[in-house]
Amino acid sequence: MKILIRSGRVIDPESGLDAVRDIYIAAGRIVAVGTVPADFHPNLEIDAGGLVVCPGLVDLSVRLREPGFEYMATLESEMRAAAAGGVTSLACPPDTDPPLDEPGLVEMLKFRTRNSPGPRVYPVGALTWKLKGERLTEMAELSEAGCVAFSQADAPLIDTRVLLRALEYAVTFDLPVWLRPQDPHLARDGVAHDGVVAARLGLPAIPVPAETVALQTILLLTRETGARVHLARMSSRAGLDMVRRAKHDGLRITCDVAAHHVHLSEMDLVDFDANCHLVPPLRSIRDRDAIRSALREGLVDAVCSDHAPVNDDAKELPFQEAEPGAAGVELLLPLTLKWAREMQVPLLQAIDLVTRRPARILGIQAGILMAGQPADLCIFDPERPWTVSRQTLLSLGKNSPYLGMELQGQVMYTIIDGHVDFKRNH
Amino acid sequence: MHLPQPGELTATLAEAIRPALTPDCALVGIHTGGVWVMDALAEVLGVDSPRGVLDISFYRDDFSRIGLHPQVKPSRIPFDVEGRKILLVDDVLYTGRTVRAAMNLLFDYGRPAAIRLAVLVDRGGRELPICPDFMGLRLDLGPDRHISLQRDEAGVLSFLVREKV
Amino acid sequence: MNGDLQLNADGSLRHLLTLDGLPARILTQILDTAESFISVAQREVKKVPLLRGKAIFNLFFEPSTRTRTTFEIAAKRLSADVVNLNIASSAQSKGETLLDTVANLSAMQADMFVVRHAASGAPHLIARHVAPHIHVVNAGDGRCAHPTQGLLDMFTIRQHKGSFHNLRVAVVGDLLHSRVARSQIHALTTLGCPEVRVVAPRTLLPRDVDSLGVHVHYRMETGIKDCDVVIMLRLQNERMQGALLPSPQEYFKYWGLTPDKLRLARPDVIVMHPGPMNRGVEIDSGVADGVHSVILNQVTYGIAVRMAVMSLLAGN
Repeated sequence: MKILIRSGRVIDPESGLDAVRDIYIAAGRIVAVGTVPADFHPNLEIDAGGLVVCPGLVDLSVRLREPGFEYMATLESEMRAAAAGGVTSLACPPDTDPPLDEPGLVEMLKFRTRNSPGPRVYPVGALTWKLKGERLTEMAELSEAGCVAFSQADAPLIDTRVLLRALEYAVTFDLPVWLRPQDPHLARDGVAHDGVVAARLGLPAIPVPAETVALQTILLLTRETGARVHLARMSSRAGLDMVRRAKHDGLRITCDVAAHHVHLSEMDLVDFDANCHLVPPLRSIRDRDAIRSALREGLVDAVCSDHAPVNDDAKELPFQEAEPGAAGVELLLPLTLKWAREMQVPLLQAIDLVTRRPARILGIQAGILMAGQPADLCIFDPERPWTVSRQTLLSLGKNSPYLGMELQGQVMYTIIDGHVDFKRNH
Repeated sequence: MHLPQPGELTATLAEAIRPALTPDCALVGIHTGGVWVMDALAEVLGVDSPRGVLDISFYRDDFSRIGLHPQVKPSRIPFDVEGRKILLVDDVLYTGRTVRAAMNLLFDYGRPAAIRLAVLVDRGGRELPICPDFMGLRLDLGPDRHISLQRDEAGVLSFLVREKV
Repeated sequence: MNGDLQLNADGSLRHLLTLDGLPARILTQILDTAESFISVAQREVKKVPLLRGKAIFNLFFEPSTRTRTTFEIAAKRLSADVVNLNIASSAQSKGETLLDTVANLSAMQADMFVVRHAASGAPHLIARHVAPHIHVVNAGDGRCAHPTQGLLDMFTIRQHKGSFHNLRVAVVGDLLHSRVARSQIHALTTLGCPEVRVVAPRTLLPRDVDSLGVHVHYRMETGIKDCDVVIMLRLQNERMQGALLPSPQEYFKYWGLTPDKLRLARPDVIVMHPGPMNRGVEIDSGVADGVHSVILNQVTYGIAVRMAVMSLLAGN
């Protein structure tokens, strides 16, 4: 299969390219950018005039809900949704049922995803058995089976000694550990940021120190062990300040934020919209603004969707009883573009946050649009308005805080491994 | 249209009532116009009969269509209704529905010995078998007109006649 | 907040979910209407035919005999048909969802749901899903709101103090978990009360509670000084767990209302309590039964206020 993508605005964060170029693809690779290779006869030509062509998106957290939660969504449906969102590589957290804590489960997942169309799937293995925070998993075996990192997803790790040992064991094999900083005691029973809205609505609260106290522990243990730690889903200004200091002090850590937290705040809870019941909670406007500028500053390494499709029955409940999470893999690009527009950040920098930089965190060869690289690309219309609705979302999870709202920027083609995996027909 | 002043009509009405008014009879006005008329009557008649006030909002038969009146006032019946003669007073008698509601309301206070009805104006258009015992004026007003009693700051009563919208 | 959900397009009340964001004109209209229902309660026949033929369902997902009873009496005095459902013990335990329960009851020609639920916002969820002709009254949801209790407290204050414009009001106790306190605070600030204080140890105050427009006092000595109204909140026994408070004894010593502490307030102070009281924990019997207490009046007013709310809603 040979593809010619003609006249697109090509953006590649690696080379810093932002110019109109033709792209030539053959045998699953990018063979040339700009100059026609000798004897190139495409089977397919895509006219990308007026469109942006960038590396396929790399999403650090997409729940495919299999195994165990097929009533919420299926691997097939969410892979399709991810492709529709321009995602060509994704990491799936281990919070399935059973959790990804055995090599056999990971092999099965790899097998299933390899044999279906859609993005490349990189499983994140469970850090502890059943995510219970008590016994270590067979990290080395899991790594051989295909796990790119290890995490507790959103499950608490109460025993600090287990955390220390997990980090030490991971260091043994130089395996990355992804941790979401949240003190389980301070967060217990909480569903909303401990601020003005929780005070007003009477929602059980999660204070900012739930993040910072846990973060401090993680940072100290990271320094102690030298582990490769990635901090997932930062939510507060105070937490980001600590990450800034730690990075400044030379600690080799990375961090990400979820796309929803770049735009929403506790204020979006005022109507008890259960689609705004997220983990970590949407915090104050000050915290939200700190996330926005930390992204511009480069402190935050990546934006992910933290995609969590939830069935209606589990969402149409009173706020605190509703299953947390939002479906967002199809919103990752438009929400990142929205941030870039509002903050007047160059498109190149915005694209970097959802392509090259998360690819580096994952340690995979992706997120680069240059000759010789795998042909994983996203072609999108940066201006095109569309309304988020139950119909327009391909994910089986219709739980989006953006339902009924208009966003700008829509993926037109997703090319994975040199094939058109998704093409928008309208 | 020329209408007599409410003041003159009150005098006429008072004279019609006077022979029937016994000392044990209580006056009850329907909020708000009926209360003004009742007070004016009592002054002309020079009686200090016990007086009560009814707000029929909770007894209206059109509640499910138009809802609760935006300004309900408490009803006040500071005497025992049981076995008492009552003169019910209203400003304008039209369909009779207000009087029906007022009588139901009175019965929730007790069983009166008798109820007589006095109105300043009977404008016709009855929808219920109700007729006044005493009236100041009989007026044939089409269904497209609306008549109501007003009171200014000095306490002077006047009629307001409008086209219905 | 929630304005769209509670009000019709013409600004009239469609549901009563919270007092947060309700305009003063609506609060005043409810209080005025309740005055008329007070006079009804003093008659031979305590019933009016207003809601004849209407079906009111008391949906109690959390047990509460007191509140349910006052709503039931109020509905019956309006001549409505009342059905009581203690759902905590029926449908939900069979796995039926909240919205399924509501849909089933709607099919039984319900006109109004009176909802009590342990989760904040549950009545909002129901209100969003009911047919247009059905009204929802919040009878207490989680820690969020208890609007009819808040209204009857305002009614009580108005009966005794006339207006809100020169009052200093203290709300004392477990603000963190109290839906009653939240409704009281919203109503007081909306009705123009110039100084609302909250008095509690830091553990029983929500973070950012001052954003509700109240002055925060940790100690009773400053908190109730020169107050016209002191509202005591109920302290649940389970608050002694979870490291919120050391003991009922220490709580009573520092935040319990005793005749001695009450002398710091104005001489004509009134003392209120939403009930049920824990004597010797948040309030001393000398105060609860004393001359300043208006606690029993509150119960009487509660029925009139709920009649007012139900009749205004049913008519809109």
